[in-house]
Amino acid sequence: MSGRVEITLTVNGETVRRTIEPRLNLVDFVREELGLTGAHAGCEQGACGACSLRVDGKVVRGCLMFAVQVDGADVETIEGLAQSGRADDLMAAFKRHNSLQCGFCTPGMLLTADELLSTADHSSRAEIRDFISGNYCRCTGYQAIVDAIEDVQAKRGG
Amino acid sequence: MKPSPFEYVKARSMDDVFNTLERHGDGAKILAGGQSLVPAMNLRMALPEVLIDINGLSDLGTIELDGDILRIGALARHAEVGESALVASHAPLLAEAVPYIAHRGIRNRGTFGGSLATADPASELPACALALAANINLASRQEKRKVAATDFFKDIYETAIMENELLVSVDIPVKREGELYGFLEFMRRRGDYATAGLAAYASFDGDRVESMRLAFFGIGATAVLAPKTAESFIGRTIDQATIDNAVPKLNDELEILSDVHTSADVKRHLSCVLMTRVLSGMV
Amino acid sequence: MRLKTFRQSGVAEGMDGRIGRLEKRPGLIGSDVQRRDVDRLLRGRGSYVDDIKLARMVHVHFLRSPYAHARIVSIQTEEAKKAPGVVRIVTGNELAEVITPWVGVLGHMASMKSAEQSALAIDKVCWQGEPVAAIVAESRAQAEDAAELIEVDYDPLPVVADKANALDADSPVIHEQLGDNLCYERKENVGDVDKAFQEAHAVVEEVFDIGRHTAVTLEPRSILADFNPGDRKLTVHLSSQVPHMMQYLFAKHLGLPEADVRVRVPDMGGGFGLKIHIYGDEMATAALSMMLERPVKHIADRTESFVSDTHARDHQVRARLAVDADGRFMAWEVDDLCGAGAYSVYPRGSVNESKQVLNLTGGPYATENYRGRARVVFQNKPMLGQYRAVGHPIVCSVTEGMVDRAAHALGLDPADIRRRNFIPEDAYPYKRPAGPVLERLSQHASLEKLLSMMDYPSLRNEQSRLREKNVYRGIGLASYIEMSNPSSATYGVGGAPITSQDGCVVRLNAQGSVTCAVGVTEIGQGARTMIGQIVATVLGVGMEDVTVLLGDTEVTPYGGGNWGSRGAGISGEAAYLAAGSLRENLLSAAGVLLQCDPAKLRLEGKAVVDEDSGEARMTIAELAYTVYFRSDLFPKSFQPELVASRHYAQKALDGVATNGIQGSYLEVDIDTGFVSLLGHWLVHDCGTVINPAIVNEQLRGAVVQGLGGALGEECLYSSEGQLMNGTLAEYLVPMAAEMPDIEIALISTPTETSSLGAKGAAEAGAAGAPAATMNAINDAIQPLGGRVAAQPFTPERILRALNKIGG
Repeated sequence: MSGRVEITLTVNGETVRRTIEPRLNLVDFVREELGLTGAHAGCEQGACGACSLRVDGKVVRGCLMFAVQVDGADVETIEGLAQSGRADDLMAAFKRHNSLQCGFCTPGMLLTADELLSTADHSSRAEIRDFISGNYCRCTGYQAIVDAIEDVQAKRGG
Repeated sequence: MKPSPFEYVKARSMDDVFNTLERHGDGAKILAGGQSLVPAMNLRMALPEVLIDINGLSDLGTIELDGDILRIGALARHAEVGESALVASHAPLLAEAVPYIAHRGIRNRGTFGGSLATADPASELPACALALAANINLASRQEKRKVAATDFFKDIYETAIMENELLVSVDIPVKREGELYGFLEFMRRRGDYATAGLAAYASFDGDRVESMRLAFFGIGATAVLAPKTAESFIGRTIDQATIDNAVPKLNDELEILSDVHTSADVKRHLSCVLMTRVLSGMV
Repeated sequence: MRLKTFRQSGVAEGMDGRIGRLEKRPGLIGSDVQRRDVDRLLRGRGSYVDDIKLARMVHVHFLRSPYAHARIVSIQTEEAKKAPGVVRIVTGNELAEVITPWVGVLGHMASMKSAEQSALAIDKVCWQGEPVAAIVAESRAQAEDAAELIEVDYDPLPVVADKANALDADSPVIHEQLGDNLCYERKENVGDVDKAFQEAHAVVEEVFDIGRHTAVTLEPRSILADFNPGDRKLTVHLSSQVPHMMQYLFAKHLGLPEADVRVRVPDMGGGFGLKIHIYGDEMATAALSMMLERPVKHIADRTESFVSDTHARDHQVRARLAVDADGRFMAWEVDDLCGAGAYSVYPRGSVNESKQVLNLTGGPYATENYRGRARVVFQNKPMLGQYRAVGHPIVCSVTEGMVDRAAHALGLDPADIRRRNFIPEDAYPYKRPAGPVLERLSQHASLEKLLSMMDYPSLRNEQSRLREKNVYRGIGLASYIEMSNPSSATYGVGGAPITSQDGCVVRLNAQGSVTCAVGVTEIGQGARTMIGQIVATVLGVGMEDVTVLLGDTEVTPYGGGNWGSRGAGISGEAAYLAAGSLRENLLSAAGVLLQCDPAKLRLEGKAVVDEDSGEARMTIAELAYTVYFRSDLFPKSFQPELVASRHYAQKALDGVATNGIQGSYLEVDIDTGFVSLLGHWLVHDCGTVINPAIVNEQLRGAVVQGLGGALGEECLYSSEGQLMNGTLAEYLVPMAAEMPDIEIALISTPTETSSLGAKGAAEAGAAGAPAATMNAINDAIQPLGGRVAAQPFTPERILRALNKIGG
């Protein structure tokens, strides 16, 4: 039986209950079922990072998990991060440095950058580049993104 | 693309796993980190009828010391392995290798056991398992067995795991005083699968090599040891002369396959460069 | 190693009185205004096509050919039609009844030919990935499930994969009715080339290969077509750079009145030239919406993107350069062979890259004798389209590669040989022998600026010092010209419905805000902000007062959208003129109210200001209020006009040339062939700079796209025409870790063809980066006797150039 499965989870602090097909991946779930369209499906192969989401505190590829797997989990999307205010300085720095153009990669890039800033004390430019190297950006050439992260790191005292 | 439909089984116990494996045989696939399986499913190249999600079996996620064995649970995430103090002190080769595995978002989810069970020839951990002389612990309802890494990797994406078995953990002999290791990988972009890579391990009697394992990856059907080349160092010091002496042996020994980007000739050349650099820089 | 992270900002050098002549003060033009439209995107609240959901929306999935060349014997869809969720399945013949076919040729390109093309393949497939059947279902997953039940019986045909063999007498002919596989051929012969080569002090030769690329926008091609049977209107939500062109062609090929087609571009995840073409699957999606009378969505997934998006480049160029004893260039000869894919893409054609190779090889150097041939051939691969910097990266690689070869042959420094050969400052306007008139370039200043930014002498010192330690570093220079602000000479004269003009409508609203609708589209490049800055400057208001509407055929004036580096130069000019016109209207109205000569008033600080005293006489909001609500205060004979519109087409030249130069510093690991990029510098001249920060980031992004082609990106095909690396894991786009910081300086030589003086900026980075990289690699490995000229410069190619690989 590949029947539908009921899941209950927390998304951006709200309890959500849905009945879904097992094959529905997590990024499609938040986009299609919950209308949280900030995460994007860029390749469905785990290569581009546009679908990044946070599951139980860790950034993961939304295209490489099935929604059935997050039953009982705590999921945060870019909309939740924005609403929390935790990354206001990071978002402002992205705006200030022109660290986004089309914006399609930006939610994933922000979540990844946020994980770097919250887990590492101080990162060199090379380390920042390394950390975000799983997130594809076709527009910026990355330098402005590194600038923004470095800027926030300095302002946060890193 | 979206995956074909499948049945999802959330395993609450090892029995759940075995029951489902026995019922569906080849049609069932274990879902651990899913970082290789799910991309294959998204391409409809992997078409499991049943997916057995073992992520709820938290016993499988531990990293522990058992005498002179470091035991890494199948579900230990790459990021956890990379950050583990036990791994850093007892299997520092792994700590060195983990940052080369894909990217943060993948390492947060991908698992140690999953990487070995997938047996991608261009991934890092199978070669590490070979270099570290790891034993892979497999369990079925009937029995538990240990398979040496050298017997584990059979072919591209093929391992010794049988249809009714689950990879539960990996035993790694702890690093002893005086043993040296080295790891190096050539890849086009950070986090890519290897163009060619080498995980090396050596023990010494004084400054003379007592044993050595050179495990190459990204060059053939599986991660592979080069025992004849390694043997040429036994009883000798590692220096330019012994390395130069080993290069032709390595050239003869390795069976190399090209990939879409790199010819076998170049991979062979790079393998020799890897050996030279890794052995010169072992710590 | 010195790596500066210093960022150039502020007004560009040389931005003299041009703006000052027209405006009392530059206002927001030339300042790093932040983009206000990114806040939504940062918070995940953008709205891209795939984010839009409509009632009764269904999804279409396309079954694509697994063969590069085959006859379709039969297609069985009966089983698939019974699959859960399936709404409709159509094949080529069925769709041909509602979509007329097209041919991708341009009338002004003599000898150009292509075959008639339909939305879905009929009888025959010509590339792996050509759509064969469309499956509409309630979900994408269900459509894919059903696709697996369709049985297509193919009869495989011999494949033309390699462009080098496409014209061979025994090569299969892809479109039999065309007689051969030649899409286009052009020859040029100017001056006395043979004599120059005979008299040359030295002749250098090279064969350059530039691999097949694809744009890989992070947002794949996306369409949501919504046909309403009530009013028979088709609304297409489309990720497109060219909404008006798409409106025209949807109407034409679907048999709808123009007025009944609306193309609306929501937020867009990148374009780069990928999204300016007609794609069969998109035409089919629109037609299916009409057939089903409900919304139909198609979002290309990444794997189908690789085989259905247009590709680019794929050239082999043989070049010869004759040089005299002083290192002066005497004659150029080029022979370009380009693989266009299975059809010439509609409606722009697939020959523009080759056109640029012929037009522009020899670049910014004085050239009298020139011979060239360009041939574009069909092969069983996806169609070649326009991708960022169309042809220019090839031109630049060939030209600058040859320049370095000549410098090497004569023992000249690469900077020096460029200095000797640049078009002299007093020679402008300069007509290229087989190409356009160049208005005015700033090559000399750009070169000197670049050398000082790089600290060229100390890099050379470092290079030679490290070479003694067997560290092989190289320095590469690449001058370029990049055409921008295109006239109708590019497409319009060839009969393609692609407008080169743009319109702009500016309106003052009742509370003093301004609404501006304009023909350019926002694809992430900052067009909305650029236009807003111009309008706000002219009207003396703030950015917060200006709403810019774009990307909607029902709302904006007719415009060309984004292509050919035209946003600031064409749409910006239209906005500048329209805002100027509205300003005159406002000052007239204010003059009537204030009973003074409008010439004594100006707009500044959101107010009507006395020209002499600077005193604010009334706010613009008060003026607007009065006009809208107190018409009684105006005389009967005077009706204020608070909407103004202007159109602008650049007609003085075929295109307006920009110029610049790039420098690369890198290290080659001679044992592995791997290249580490250590630094990259760029000086660009785009005339009047509206927003330096945006220009800089456009240039950086384009440089990195160029570096992608130089080092990693290539669509690798088997001899059977099968794409072997069609995933993002295997098609090596640049990621952050390998890319260098890029230092940029802007020089400004405003174009005289417009009042604003802006020229293009968004493509130039991609034009020069591959050449600079190639020259730097060769500079590094030349002491060892190696040289590369085939892009991408893979470790394998570098190792082979170094003779490190036996056999």
